[in-house]
Amino acid sequence: MEPEPKSPKQAIEEVKAGLRAPQRTQLWKSIFRVKHTRNDTRTRALAVVSNVFLHLHPGRVNRDAVRYSYTWGMGGISAYLFLVLLFTGALLMFYYHPTKVQAYRDILYLEQDVPFGRLLRNMHRWGAHLMVITVWLHMLRVVLTGAYKKPREFNWCVGVALLVLTLLLSFTGYLLPDDQLGFWAVTVGTNMARATPLVGHEGPFGPQLGMTPFNDLRFGLLGGSVVDSNALLRAYVWHCIGIPLVVLLLMGVHFWRVRKDGGISGPAPLVLDGEMKDEVR
Amino acid sequence: MDFSQIWEILSAADNVPIVGLLAGVGFFVWYGLRQGREMDRLAVRLAAEPELAKTHHRKTQPYEEGWEREVQVWPHLLKIEFLAAMIVTVLLLVWSLALNAPLEEPANPNQTMNPAKAPWYFVGLQELLVYFDPWFAGVVLPLLILAGLMLFPYLDASPLGTGYYTIRQRKVVLVSFGAGFSIWLAAIFVGTFIRGPGWMWFWPGETWDHTRVVFEKTRNLPEMLGIHGAAGEALVGLVTVVLFYASAGWAIHKLVTRTELDRRIYARTTSLQYLTFQFFAITLLVGVPVKILLRLAFRIKYVWITPWFNL
Ligand code: HEM
Repeated sequence: MEPEPKSPKQAIEEVKAGLRAPQRTQLWKSIFRVKHTRNDTRTRALAVVSNVFLHLHPGRVNRDAVRYSYTWGMGGISAYLFLVLLFTGALLMFYYHPTKVQAYRDILYLEQDVPFGRLLRNMHRWGAHLMVITVWLHMLRVVLTGAYKKPREFNWCVGVALLVLTLLLSFTGYLLPDDQLGFWAVTVGTNMARATPLVGHEGPFGPQLGMTPFNDLRFGLLGGSVVDSNALLRAYVWHCIGIPLVVLLLMGVHFWRVRKDGGISGPAPLVLDGEMKDEVR
Repeated sequence: MDFSQIWEILSAADNVPIVGLLAGVGFFVWYGLRQGREMDRLAVRLAAEPELAKTHHRKTQPYEEGWEREVQVWPHLLKIEFLAAMIVTVLLLVWSLALNAPLEEPANPNQTMNPAKAPWYFVGLQELLVYFDPWFAGVVLPLLILAGLMLFPYLDASPLGTGYYTIRQRKVVLVSFGAGFSIWLAAIFVGTFIRGPGWMWFWPGETWDHTRVVFEKTRNLPEMLGIHGAAGEALVGLVTVVLFYASAGWAIHKLVTRTELDRRIYARTTSLQYLTFQFFAITLLVGVPVKILLRLAFRIKYVWITPWFNL
């Protein structure tokens, strides 16, 4: 038997039903995976844990852990600032060439001619400074709450690596405008590499091992014996590709470990001195 | 007095974050320690009333019978995260509208910047170059700091104070970390605000004098003791360093076994943990400031001179 053709009115009703309750459409379900038909706690928890962006979170957390007073939100703010830096940094890359001829001019161009270019550069610069500060404060909070103790020792080490990489990101970025400030800061900074024991040509035991200005650690960092075009290119590649990739990887590990170590460490119930067992392991 | 100099440093765009850093650290140290004191008061109360200790929920956060122990991440946590992201974005926007990122003249290897300062978060290391040779200040010391930080959780053998703020239960750890962090901040402060051309010391209120010459002569410890010759100098240095480690180690030991609780924590610490802790505490938390003082107060440059390295 031939199916009846639908009347236009029926078709409109179908569309309206979809608009009224988008959660019931096939499209919605295909994207969000969960039937958001009921407004109960289970549905809401599922919405979080089955979403790729939100599944870093558990479905439910300790009621006191969401208080600002415990974590100060500094880890999350650091991660957010990193995203802001990725975004503004990618936009800056559209305008910047890592060559001695163009780098400085590109910055001038950004500041004078590119729409919102100055704002973009400022946000990238101050975002980086702010991130250094928030990462230090995050570390301070972890110390004050003893959050690095068993079983979170290793995650603390991942954190230390993130701290170093955050500083190195700032430092490699400092050279890129190719102005006096960056040039001399990086010259002073990499001069220390000359003095590295064993692998620097001015360091203890360096000369004995055959180190010269043209084969030591500093040469490898700069791609030369002075801060010049090769150094600019190397700083650029480390700054835009090398270090961010490692940071992203380690942040993934860091967040995964926070979950696997049983979620955020507190606020935990107080343990009295008398309750500490005096067994020696 | 010329306060325009210090104002010039203070208002250099790249130094403005230091003001934010100091304000932030100050506020959050106060905020954290305040919660610590609150918890310590609760601990005293519960220790005195064993009955209460059995029923109390043992947090300073309010709690009432029948409250759920957990809440939904959506909306309770996500809304806070969203709000935090908004606040940070607005803060960053306002900051970026108000203050321009610095841009100096194009890089010019023939025109030395004086003083040539690293960005503020590295200026602490640069300041340490005054007191140590580059191989130590620039390479060994940073590596030691990193190693010390990474080992930190493995050296703290006390299970007390995990997941809550407290001062009383964790004095040794807080003092150790606090000392290290303070040295770092102090070095940043001196490097940024005090050091002028030629990396010379200019008090706030002094004008940078690019022609100033310092006639101060530095001395080495062996020479002050009247000892000359490579072997003698190396030996004197070695003895001094060993004596220093022994006496500082003894003093630190007295400090970390002062109270009854400290002694119980010490008993849980293995010898390997304890010796590692001592090594880092003596080297970084006592050794570095002592060497700085020797230099600033007594103009001593090296304590230990060998044919290969000087300390
Ligand atoms: C790029 C830098 C970093 C980012 C984005 C980051 C992010 C986070 C986030 C989002 C959390 C969840 C809780 C919170 O917000 O406090 C966390 C926890 C943690 N972080 Fe980090 N972190 C960074 C650096 C560090 C550093 C430098 C350390 C320590 C040296 C560290 C050690 C830890 C530890 C031990 C935890 C678990 C804390 C707990 O369970 O209470 N992290 N981190």
